[in-house]
Amino acid sequence: MTATTHDHAHHAAEATGFKRWLVTTNHKDIGSMYLLFSLAMFLVGGAMALVIRAELFQPGLQLVDPYFFNQMTTMHALVMIFGAVMPAFTGLANWMIPLMVGAPDMALPRMNNWSFWLLPFGFAVLLSTLFMPGGGPAGGWTMYPPLMLQTGTAFPFVIFAIHILGISSIMGSINVVATILNMRAPGMTLMKMPLFVWTWLITAYLMIAVMPVLAGAITMLLTDQYFGTTFFSAAGGGDPVLYQHIFWFFGHPEVYILILPAFGIVSTIIPAFARKPLFGYSSMVYATASIAFLSFIVWAHHMFTVGMPLAGQLFFMYATMLIAVPTGVKVFNWVATMWRGAMTFETPMLFALAFVFLFTIGGFSGLMLAIAPADYQYHDTYFVVAHFHYVLVTGAVFAILAAAYYWLPKWTGHMYSERLGKAHFWLSTISVNVLFFPQHFLGLAGMPRRIPDYSVQFADWNMISSIGGFAFGFSQLIFVWLLIKCIRGGEKAEARAWEGAEGLEWEVPSPAPHHTFDTPPVVR
Amino acid sequence: MRIGKQCQKSVLALALLFMAGPALADLSLLNMTQGVTDMSNQVYGLHMTIFWITVVIGVLVFGAMFYSIIRHRKSRGVKPAKFHHSTAVEIVWTIIPLAILVGMAIPATRVLIDINDTTGSEMTVKVTGYQWFWGYEYIDEDVQFLSRLDVESDRARQLGSGVSPASVPYYLENVDNRLVLPVDTRIRFQITAADVIHSWWVPDFGWKRDAIPGFVNETWTQIDEPGIYRGRCAELCGRDHGFMPIVIEAVEKDEFETWLMAQREGSSADEASDAVASR
Repeated sequence: MTATTHDHAHHAAEATGFKRWLVTTNHKDIGSMYLLFSLAMFLVGGAMALVIRAELFQPGLQLVDPYFFNQMTTMHALVMIFGAVMPAFTGLANWMIPLMVGAPDMALPRMNNWSFWLLPFGFAVLLSTLFMPGGGPAGGWTMYPPLMLQTGTAFPFVIFAIHILGISSIMGSINVVATILNMRAPGMTLMKMPLFVWTWLITAYLMIAVMPVLAGAITMLLTDQYFGTTFFSAAGGGDPVLYQHIFWFFGHPEVYILILPAFGIVSTIIPAFARKPLFGYSSMVYATASIAFLSFIVWAHHMFTVGMPLAGQLFFMYATMLIAVPTGVKVFNWVATMWRGAMTFETPMLFALAFVFLFTIGGFSGLMLAIAPADYQYHDTYFVVAHFHYVLVTGAVFAILAAAYYWLPKWTGHMYSERLGKAHFWLSTISVNVLFFPQHFLGLAGMPRRIPDYSVQFADWNMISSIGGFAFGFSQLIFVWLLIKCIRGGEKAEARAWEGAEGLEWEVPSPAPHHTFDTPPVVR
Repeated sequence: MRIGKQCQKSVLALALLFMAGPALADLSLLNMTQGVTDMSNQVYGLHMTIFWITVVIGVLVFGAMFYSIIRHRKSRGVKPAKFHHSTAVEIVWTIIPLAILVGMAIPATRVLIDINDTTGSEMTVKVTGYQWFWGYEYIDEDVQFLSRLDVESDRARQLGSGVSPASVPYYLENVDNRLVLPVDTRIRFQITAADVIHSWWVPDFGWKRDAIPGFVNETWTQIDEPGIYRGRCAELCGRDHGFMPIVIEAVEKDEFETWLMAQREGSSADEASDAVASR
């Protein structure tokens, strides 16, 4: 393993200070920047969510104007999806994929730098719209016309920002694909790759396929607004629903972009702490690929109420129900991995177990939503809000937190405080359920989503949900504190920080040296 | 064992929370309404069927998971097993969910076909969504009017109004002009919008349908019992999306005819169109 600890002498001329981070082409530096950027956006998007929950604490309008409330719901979603979850996964990919496949760096390091540095600019543009005349976008993150066309000065800036974020994602994905397909260590065949690498490979293809579709949809909005086209206006021969078809052709694969890498993380962590190999590796790969394929043919289940032909509704209902099969296989495999293992429950494992439990609850409500006639009731209610927060917060975000705890020793060279980690876990897990579980009841009882005020029968559950929201929000500050402590010091981490951890990343010292695998390891 | 105790404590806390919850809130607010039409009852039936299916699957999967978490832990001195796949098991847990889904798809398909069959209707009501109120027109009856949030709610809902929502009867659920409909009549709705997309939703009917500018969506209902049924706009439509409720007053057939007659003779229809013109 001498090749893995390359000496630093000939890199002495590298830039230092801010310039080091600005011009870096190192996958670890870029990965760290992605992850810290994502944490910052998580806190910004979270603050917006707290504005929402504060207004909904009791009926009546106490704090914000309804139009500002709509800006908050819109921006919360855009910031969390494009600013928090996607960059977090890209950051993990940057840090871990070269280490996991035994590559010295990402395949396209300069483009890697660029795809990161687009993000702060994209978000500066997006967030600045809140201060423009007429305020930020308020038509929902789905940006349905004609409503979206009523946006003020912010309109072209929002579209420009999303274009930038899209370009960043596409370049990040191309880099992931190029790295995985070309830079694996000798002996690492595709079916020997860690599952995190597999899920990211498939995710990257999804992104390359659908980000341009989003770009097309919002460009059509732009030309409808400024250049006299009428793609989405019935008065000119267009159709507002056309936008929804295009948007969700992007949007449904997008939700799998937000969850497939999480599957990979959980499939890495559970075997490590169960001290037992992952059950059904190849079926996990095939299930991921099946989910990715199905994600392209289910988009209109977001549109059961727009008035599609019966045959169309039936097709999308059946296709959507089918997704439960590969997803079920995954959950069964995770449980089978735990079965007769020798488990310990450090913080990464706790988050991974909570993921399996709570993501599955989100999966159940997803299955209910697939039933088209029932969806006529569920659609656009808080039931949907509860559903996608179970899969995105206790799904994607919990997996990202699990990954952060799991690999922090490798990144920083220090063990984090297990006591703070456990406190973060228990407070988050309890409060997130207080936050989102009652929203199922609210939706079923008839509360629509995206409303700033509600009739009094919804008051009690909203108050409970808001209390959970604030508790969850402030619990995340424990993580920030833990992170600062861990970066600055702590118990020295071993190369193999966890007893049961498997994979090439644990062969290099902790913290991982700036350059690793200059000579590829051989995988048997 | 410290984790075990923590785990037990938090599970207990969660369970208590959910048991205590209903005591705080209105019990009927836990589930979907059964509604007042045959269709809404069918939708409710589907909802409960799929719900119980997920409960059974959940009990089995989470049962296995928690059994494993409790029994197969290193602190109990167990040695990890070595197995890592079983084709037979994989096939079984692919086929069984598939069979359950097919079983679920059959009744869902039946109800879906029924809901989408708008033939044989005895009367037609055109619903138009505006920013931010509803317009109703009884086709071929020469009766039409607008329906907005009632004045009291509107006053109370202003930012910093100082009026407690609890003091307003049917806060945000009341309108100036109710949509009056006859019971035991197959009513077709033609739903559209004038500006942006809205969605017309009365939970007691069992469905919502988007109101899309430039297009007309059709659906139907047949109300079983007289009463007041309240709904709301379900598609984000701008600033006052949360403030355009729907109120249905379902009455006996003869009462409906009388009401319709009064409307036609009265000036309310003219007033309504004046209101549009003055906006």
